[in-house]
Amino acid sequence: MAGYIATNNLGASFGGVQAIENITFEIPANKVTAIIGPSGCGKSTFLRCLTRMHELVPGARISGEVVWDGKNIYASEMDATEVRRGIGMVFQKPNPFPLMSVADNVSAGLRLAAGRMSKARIAEIVERSLKLAALWDEVRNKLHKPGGSLSGGQQQRLCIARALAVQPDVILMDEPCSALDPASTQKIEDTIDKLKKSYTFVIVTHNMQQAARVSDFSGFMLSQEMGEPGRMIEYGPTNKIFTTPERKETENYITGRFG
Amino acid sequence: MSGRLRMQKEEDGAAEQTPRQAPPLTKPAVPSYQPAGKEMENEISRDSELYSQSAVRRRSRKFRSRLAYCLCALSTVIAMVPLVLILFYVIYQGAGDLNLSFLTSLPKPVGESGGGMGNAIAGSLILIGIAAVIGVPLGVLAGTQLAEYRNPRLSCVVRLLSDILSGVPSIIVGIFVYTLLVLTFKQFSAIAGGVALGILMLPTVARTTEEMMRMVPDTLREASLALGIPRWRTITSVIIKTAGGGIMTGVMLATARIAGETAPLLFTALGSRTWPTGLDKPIASLPVQIYQFAISPFDEWHRQAWAGSLVLVLIVLFLSIGSKIFFGRKMKRAS
Amino acid sequence: MRRRLGDSIFAFVVFLAAFAVIALMALMVYELLRQSLPSIEQFGARFLISREWDPVNNVYGALPYIYGTIVSSLLALLMAVPLSLGIAIFLSQFAPRWLRSPLGLLVDLLAAIPSVVYGLWGIFVLAPFLGKTIEPFLADHLGSIPVFRGPVYGVGLFAASVVLAIMITPTISAISREAMLNVSRDQKEAAQALGATPWETVRMSVLPLARPGIIGAVILGLGRALGETMAVTMLIGNVRQLNASIFAPAYSIASVIANEFAEVTEGPHMAALVEMALILLFITLLLNLLARLLVQRTGNRAARLKGRPFAKNRP
Repeated sequence: MAGYIATNNLGASFGGVQAIENITFEIPANKVTAIIGPSGCGKSTFLRCLTRMHELVPGARISGEVVWDGKNIYASEMDATEVRRGIGMVFQKPNPFPLMSVADNVSAGLRLAAGRMSKARIAEIVERSLKLAALWDEVRNKLHKPGGSLSGGQQQRLCIARALAVQPDVILMDEPCSALDPASTQKIEDTIDKLKKSYTFVIVTHNMQQAARVSDFSGFMLSQEMGEPGRMIEYGPTNKIFTTPERKETENYITGRFG
Repeated sequence: MSGRLRMQKEEDGAAEQTPRQAPPLTKPAVPSYQPAGKEMENEISRDSELYSQSAVRRRSRKFRSRLAYCLCALSTVIAMVPLVLILFYVIYQGAGDLNLSFLTSLPKPVGESGGGMGNAIAGSLILIGIAAVIGVPLGVLAGTQLAEYRNPRLSCVVRLLSDILSGVPSIIVGIFVYTLLVLTFKQFSAIAGGVALGILMLPTVARTTEEMMRMVPDTLREASLALGIPRWRTITSVIIKTAGGGIMTGVMLATARIAGETAPLLFTALGSRTWPTGLDKPIASLPVQIYQFAISPFDEWHRQAWAGSLVLVLIVLFLSIGSKIFFGRKMKRAS
Repeated sequence: MRRRLGDSIFAFVVFLAAFAVIALMALMVYELLRQSLPSIEQFGARFLISREWDPVNNVYGALPYIYGTIVSSLLALLMAVPLSLGIAIFLSQFAPRWLRSPLGLLVDLLAAIPSVVYGLWGIFVLAPFLGKTIEPFLADHLGSIPVFRGPVYGVGLFAASVVLAIMITPTISAISREAMLNVSRDQKEAAQALGATPWETVRMSVLPLARPGIIGAVILGLGRALGETMAVTMLIGNVRQLNASIFAPAYSIASVIANEFAEVTEGPHMAALVEMALILLFITLLLNLLARLLVQRTGNRAARLKGRPFAKNRP
């Protein structure tokens, strides 16, 4: 499957500060991989590096490789917009296009990528994406309302639907539920569970229960000291990481001794 | 460790890995999309049409983005063209006639060579001086009201009105001062010109004062008040002093704006061919002199107008570049 | 006791200064209204639609001036708006970061050059250039459209509009640039994460959110163009006529005031001139009010989108 991603000695910095370093990691296809670790360990930066979002930050530098679909996404012949379409991203703070209608929000990426498409076809994909994101029933009568009028939880699911509509191979989620109430969190976790047959998910979270609930694999990141670059300390199947971690730091973090 | 991960995957019977060399974006050839509603949630497949147009479409999108970039960059370059041209012509046409005697002597009648705009330069300085005497204290005090006395309703109105005042065409301010002062005293005068320019200075000074005072940290206010220093002393000695540099840049900016104003002076200060004789008399000014010489039919006067423009542009650019650099540094330090 | 007295005196002085701004505006409107009353009473609405302007018989109509003002300003907008938006997009989104503030400063310098210098340059450099190159070209190729019909003079509506466009470009570009910079990064990332190109990101995220600010900027630019006096007076040709061709000389409200006001002292002629100033004042007041509200709205919306939209759910 094209959902397989591997990083090779990945490092990233901004403004001269090294945020992550030396990360060699594999993300299996059609699984949910959670990235956990204390705040400031570079989880988000790592995630953003996987779809060439980090380079949009002023002063950003990236070293190493990210291999997706057999190609290094940072190779010079690769097109960043093509990478970002194939590897979608959902952000911590829901960011629908606030003035665009709900339907247009979902089809926004679609209309960019696919050029001319019949209205009926777009409507179909919008409906399907909203259903997949478990939002259809709530917004079927509000498709022409602006995206900004939805509640926070709905906005986040709208962002998921928007990411799904372009049919990426991988969906990256940066603490997608940290700003949401428990009911919305539940819905999003259900959505992930349902979709993982067809998509690869990478979720950054500092909610360990969530990591345990939704992920198949987990990677634990840590920066040894404040200002030190974050590294991948340990990774493996989630149940192993959470029950019998090999590294002391992982165990300390899992058992809540710091973080 | 990666070996362990792979083993785990095989144990799980997870999907076999496609060979890594697989060409990018190859999707199952058969469109396996199923109509909405029918077991959709179990079978999620990719739509081949999303990819089939991709290569052409991708190139056209990239091209459009490059084109937009180039057009935007070009706009910026185009905007530089008049700036460069104006500076070039003002220097090219004006530098030849600019010398000490131009800066210090009176204009000569038509036909005589030489002469200068000394009276106009002196007049402009006097007018700016009068304007500053009126506009600066009033502007600083109004800005103080906006920043220090948080009276929401009054502040809102004053802020809006001073923004609007800065958008009122300067010629209308000229008419206003004409009806107010010139008609009343039956006399064009330096005072009237200065008042008109002072009114034009007011909004800029008031708003920069407000902004600069807001950047003074509250701790400073509290510290001063805690020492038992009354509020008005706190404001006049501590806050205005702290914000002083910033207020100065506002004054410079406002001065740059009014130094080149012509329209409001046409029927207030009027203009004159002699040295300034009194504040209650018509007075020459650089912009008005340039205007009158520019629209005259005489070549010598045109040359004088260019030289005058060079002086004026140098003054204005010096003031506005200076204040912008100063202001930028101020803002950087505050943030 | 002394301390409290000092405080109240200072507070009163400061209040007076702030009030002076309000009083000044009110007085300005009042004075212009008072001085133009004879004209308003005598000519009424005819003033706006009549094209007669006869100081000998004291019959005044402002139509040619209103026409020249509006057409020159709209033409200027037509040229300045695309240019300014390009600049604003370039300086807020596309340009390399180190280049942004020096370029911004240079564009701002255009606003610092005095109007009378624009006029001087316009008379001796720009108008002859337009009259020899661009105007004949347009007249030759598009002359069948009355708007572009010759003869070309150099000096005229078109030349005035070009200079106006140069003069309002810094205003429009600076304010729209501010509005575009107010669009937060995560709004742009929403588009970028979908695989949008830089231009698509601008179109999807930046422009819609900055739109009120951009419209405000355009309105402010229009206000500036309508009231601009010296450069227009020196370039528009000062001929009181209604001519469909943009190459023909025309007249504007501000220029007729600049040309005639110093020579009249009272009577209907002056009242008519003041009434035109009053019209100009009202239009610019309205435009400025509208623009400020719009610019403020973008600022508010940007602030709202920057904060978390549902703070109540936070732990």
